[in-house]
Amino acid sequence: MKKNIKPYGDTLNDGVIQLSFTLPVEYGGKAIKAAEVYTSKLNFDQITVAHAKKIAEGFTYFVVFARAIPFLDYSSIVSNEVKFDKMDFYQINSLIQLEFKRQLSVIGATIGTDAHTVGIDAILNMKGYNQDYGLERYPEMKTLNMGSQVLCEDLIKAALEQNADALLVSQTVTQKDSHIRNFSELIELLEAENLRSRFILLAGGSRVTNDLAIELGYDAGFGPGTVPSDVASFIVTNLLKRRGKNA
Amino acid sequence: MVSIHLSDSQIARVKSTASEIADDIHQFIINYSSDSVERTVLRLYGVDGVNEDGTPLPNKIVERAREQKVLENGISPWFAKAMIISKRDPQITAELIDRGEINPTLNFLITPSDIHKKEAELAQKAIGILNQTKEQKRKKQEQTSLPPQPWRYIIVASGNIYEDRTQAESAVFSGADIIAVIRSTAQSLLDYVPFGPTTEGFGGTYATQENFKLMREALDEAGEKHNRYIRLVNYSSGLCMAEIAACAAFEDLDILLNDSMYGILFRDINMKRTFIDQHFSRLICSQADIIINTGEDNYLTTSDAIDAAHTVTASQLINEAMARKAGLPSRLMGLGHAFEIDPKVENAFLYELAHAQLARQLFPEAPLKYMPPTKYKSTDVFQANCLDTMFNLASVTTKQGIHLAGIPTEAIHTPLMQDRYQSLNNMNYVFNIAKNLGDEIEFKKDGLIAERARTVLNETEQFLNSIKEQGLMASISEGLFAGVKRYPDSGKGLEGVFKKAPEYSNPLMDLLEKK
Repeated sequence: MKKNIKPYGDTLNDGVIQLSFTLPVEYGGKAIKAAEVYTSKLNFDQITVAHAKKIAEGFTYFVVFARAIPFLDYSSIVSNEVKFDKMDFYQINSLIQLEFKRQLSVIGATIGTDAHTVGIDAILNMKGYNQDYGLERYPEMKTLNMGSQVLCEDLIKAALEQNADALLVSQTVTQKDSHIRNFSELIELLEAENLRSRFILLAGGSRVTNDLAIELGYDAGFGPGTVPSDVASFIVTNLLKRRGKNA
Repeated sequence: MVSIHLSDSQIARVKSTASEIADDIHQFIINYSSDSVERTVLRLYGVDGVNEDGTPLPNKIVERAREQKVLENGISPWFAKAMIISKRDPQITAELIDRGEINPTLNFLITPSDIHKKEAELAQKAIGILNQTKEQKRKKQEQTSLPPQPWRYIIVASGNIYEDRTQAESAVFSGADIIAVIRSTAQSLLDYVPFGPTTEGFGGTYATQENFKLMREALDEAGEKHNRYIRLVNYSSGLCMAEIAACAAFEDLDILLNDSMYGILFRDINMKRTFIDQHFSRLICSQADIIINTGEDNYLTTSDAIDAAHTVTASQLINEAMARKAGLPSRLMGLGHAFEIDPKVENAFLYELAHAQLARQLFPEAPLKYMPPTKYKSTDVFQANCLDTMFNLASVTTKQGIHLAGIPTEAIHTPLMQDRYQSLNNMNYVFNIAKNLGDEIEFKKDGLIAERARTVLNETEQFLNSIKEQGLMASISEGLFAGVKRYPDSGKGLEGVFKKAPEYSNPLMDLLEKK
């Protein structure tokens, strides 16, 4: 069934959106007019340039409120959300104990030139993130955090040595799409070695979405706000699903 | 000014313990050198540029000396001998060595005393370069006014030095006092300094001497326009600590990120290499009047900001003690710390004040480097701006020195021009409305803030005692800092470390040590 929606300000379908942007023009009446006209080209009407300020020689910053014209049929939206049965620390550990009768092996790494471990640490480090224990604390998991700037070859080597169940691959730097290149490099290497289906392969990072990860050939993608138990739940749910398929 | 009662004798004790820890490392440092120390000597003797393969000449010359098995004596006498043979300037001499047209090892006619004289002349000239940058900066600072602390420190990181200049000029327009050009990801792991202006980088812009020069020009121009001296920052860290310090001295940089342990812990650079390199780099900074910024804030990105607060303080004390060994005065010690407590913690702001005030009182003359919240920065830019506001208030109240701007989009992308504007606007607002708050208030004598500061100091003392007992290298091997374990004989760059031969000569280092 069709369901037409618009952004909500304070009345259904008023379409109110707040925008802020910079134009490479000197501040003045003409600049403000330009901001208004430009916003109208984006398919807005009832445009209010609420704030305009010179922020550098030849650059003006704007805060604009406007009403979006187009409707969207919400029923037409398809999204590959990560699907897993959300469980907590205790549920996950007891499920592993019950179903696998062995520790699950999980390896995490920030690959390529990226030196940021904030993402992988949030998921793996004992302390965890946002009051949610990291996977290192899971008694039923054996984890290895390889840190940053890990070569894809080294990650694969470790994965084989440890007989890993899941690989968590993190990328924080996204300038010039370096994250896409790095994520793809790993997939290509795994496919070349015929190892892709052997591991549950997860992508994570501040600019990672599940859609992006699936498109690149990963099993799932986890973006900002992900807590370790989300990742653990996904791993367990999927290992069980795979087993169901194979059985 | 606001002050917490701390025990003077305890402060003296922790400083002396840190000093003993540094002494122990220094005993190791003085017997060793590294490729990058030797390359730095060449740079300051006047060798620059790359050969036709794009390899920097300082690297080529050090490689040649190693092939000739003379590197253990130091590059200085070998290169001085080459200069006597070539009768040309250092640059041409280096090119001749690289092309194999001269090989000083094969010449037996030049006397040691002639070589010695040439070395002394080259070292004296190098000291002249370091003195000149100091003088040059002093002059510029006199001509324009010096901004009050906390100094507003903003990063640019486009990858393209020319675009960085536009970004930097806009930040100066909105009130920035310091511009830091973030380096391209993983430059710290390059065992050479890239050459020339660069327009491609990942997550930052390559640190090259030419890029330093281009940015320095832009900041001088912007500073003149806004009548404020604008400081320029880069990174003397990784495998080329001392070489970057030399390049920075040539181009009048003001501040260098330079930590005695950061590379070891967070870049897995060998600890011997790092300790050797940081010492020479700090000798240069001391002579060239460059402020060092240490990296304690990074500990809190992996460890909890409350549980690990004492590791930050301990590391500040060790960094201070090692900096003293290199002759750095307090006014050049930008010791680091950060506002990284989980915002969900009740009274988190009070703990932050306690930590910031403790650092202020332990190092009263140091331009403390204060890092904004990053770990718990929200991707909701409006909430992120709230966090930064409280950080700004803590900073101005406790009179921090070098204030790294919190950016509302910290958790999303490298800052856009308007993100910098938002950030500066926030700082300008808070620094103005709360300018003298720190002069007006007192903390309750036995209140939460004072007690917290004393607790951290107590924990610091215990922690330093245990480090002193087993030595710093063993402590790092046990993961006592940032929960990261590193070992003396692993990590990157160890192959570039060598023991000095009894004949080792480095008159430039001798002159710098004498100071």
